[in-house]
Amino acid sequence: MQDMPFSDSSFQKHLDQGRLMGCRCNSCQELYTPPRPLCPTCRLSRMEWVAMSGKGRLCAFTAITVPPPALKQEGFSRDNPYAVGVVELAEGTRVVARLLGLELSDPDSVALGQPMEVVFIKGGPDGSGDTVLGFQPAAE
Amino acid sequence: MNKHLRLAREVVVVGAGMSPFGVFPEKDSKDLFVEAFQDMLASVDKGFDPDDIQALYLGNFSNDFFVHQAHWGPIISDAVGLIPKPATRTEGACASSALAFREGVLAIASGLYDLVLVGGVEVMSQRSTEEVAEGLALATVPYEGQVGFTFPGVFGVTASAYFHKYGAGRQHLMDVTIKSHLNGKLNPKAQYQATLAEMMEAKRQKALAKGAPAPQWADEKAFLGDPQANPMVAWPLHLFDCCPISDGAACVLLAPAGIARNFTDHPLYVAGMGQGSGRGLHAKKDLTSFEATQAAAAEAYAMSGLEPGDVQVCEVHDCFSIAEIIHLEDLGFFPPGHGYRAVAEGKTRRDGIKPINTSGGLKCKGHPVGATGVSQVVEIWHQLRGEAGERQVPMQGLRVGATHNLGGTGGTCTFTIFERR
Repeated sequence: MQDMPFSDSSFQKHLDQGRLMGCRCNSCQELYTPPRPLCPTCRLSRMEWVAMSGKGRLCAFTAITVPPPALKQEGFSRDNPYAVGVVELAEGTRVVARLLGLELSDPDSVALGQPMEVVFIKGGPDGSGDTVLGFQPAAE
Repeated sequence: MNKHLRLAREVVVVGAGMSPFGVFPEKDSKDLFVEAFQDMLASVDKGFDPDDIQALYLGNFSNDFFVHQAHWGPIISDAVGLIPKPATRTEGACASSALAFREGVLAIASGLYDLVLVGGVEVMSQRSTEEVAEGLALATVPYEGQVGFTFPGVFGVTASAYFHKYGAGRQHLMDVTIKSHLNGKLNPKAQYQATLAEMMEAKRQKALAKGAPAPQWADEKAFLGDPQANPMVAWPLHLFDCCPISDGAACVLLAPAGIARNFTDHPLYVAGMGQGSGRGLHAKKDLTSFEATQAAAAEAYAMSGLEPGDVQVCEVHDCFSIAEIIHLEDLGFFPPGHGYRAVAEGKTRRDGIKPINTSGGLKCKGHPVGATGVSQVVEIWHQLRGEAGERQVPMQGLRVGATHNLGGTGGTCTFTIFERR
């Protein structure tokens, strides 16, 4: 795994295999999710892969009722919105993700700060597309 | 490094024009730009020979996607008779024409040119709402698009974070929308020239004409809180929090200050300008501000020697109601967390201490994305010259105005300060 380039393509391959991966700069120790090929602070490419715990908390969210065409094809609509948001991982970095398991009929009731856990969503109308990074409220 | 940026020679705006903004099925980008160009020609007080224009900088975000035609620089140049002069298209998402403006200023400041046309154009209405959402989402950062973010989605997330941090709520977004419509009502070039009270009455009359029960709303906020009248788009944003899909064009004429009086006795000086870049939602430090705006503002204030309190009237990039509130804070007009209160207290109304978006803003004037940045300059041109008609701000000694344009999810922001001297 350490041989894989620190690219979006590799990040996606990891997601497809059910792993949320970041990378750490061996020079300044900064952690990045998604991974990046060059540390923007050190401008060095001394990265190593880090498996993320998949635990985090909800920083911000929205429920979308006007989907782009691809998500419309998956059945999302004004009457069937989907949620996306920002999750701060336990390790301190953030990711954007699709959100499952939230009460979208009453978005006011969705509590920011609540614990979340990763879920890997099979993409596309028939589930054969790229895996989409998702999070859902963490089980107690 | 030279941290205190300045222009090698001063640059002024000597003419400004725009097409009406709206939905125009019969007009293409050439037609709209020609209207803006003719409006600009008429605005040059002492007249000039358009053959003297030496170059065109044109902002256009994504006509490639919206009308399946790219490479608009020479097409627009030809439409207004500038062939074979250089024509350069700039792309910075919804800040595309602010970048054209900046390139035009730099070209004159460098001494290369003495007369430059800068403008912007976009035709969006030929696509469905879903397709426009997809087209605009091309300017999110890749991770956002992959998990399903739309533009309203990005700003919905931003609003949720702002509400959580500062205790604001939907009623504060409504304050922005109500104000936008009060201003749009007075702008004859605006896409929506009606107050919310007028729109409510029109809906009642329409229902009555159909013999249906007429809806009743106690006030504008009751109307905006009615999910039938104002459906959700991306929580907590609803239809009336979002700018419309628009067609339109705008352009301004730039010259060095040394020859300004050949064109007009009332030029606008570019007192300061800045441009910044920002990161996606996953990487930005604070979900309730835009680092690119803050960087652009710092640069423009330093260049001009002016401070936020000196800006008397400002057009900001209110693509969504929450965005206007955040820009008020990022530009230093109000402290973080106080933007929504300032709007609620009427401070940003036309007769307030800090009039914002007197044009009606993107919400009511319209947002043909590639044209917006320069159209903001057109509004400040009218306001600072005292030519804004019914929507003229009543402030005494009006001298300093500014424009703020934002592209993508805050990836590109500009801030430009104009001064009458």
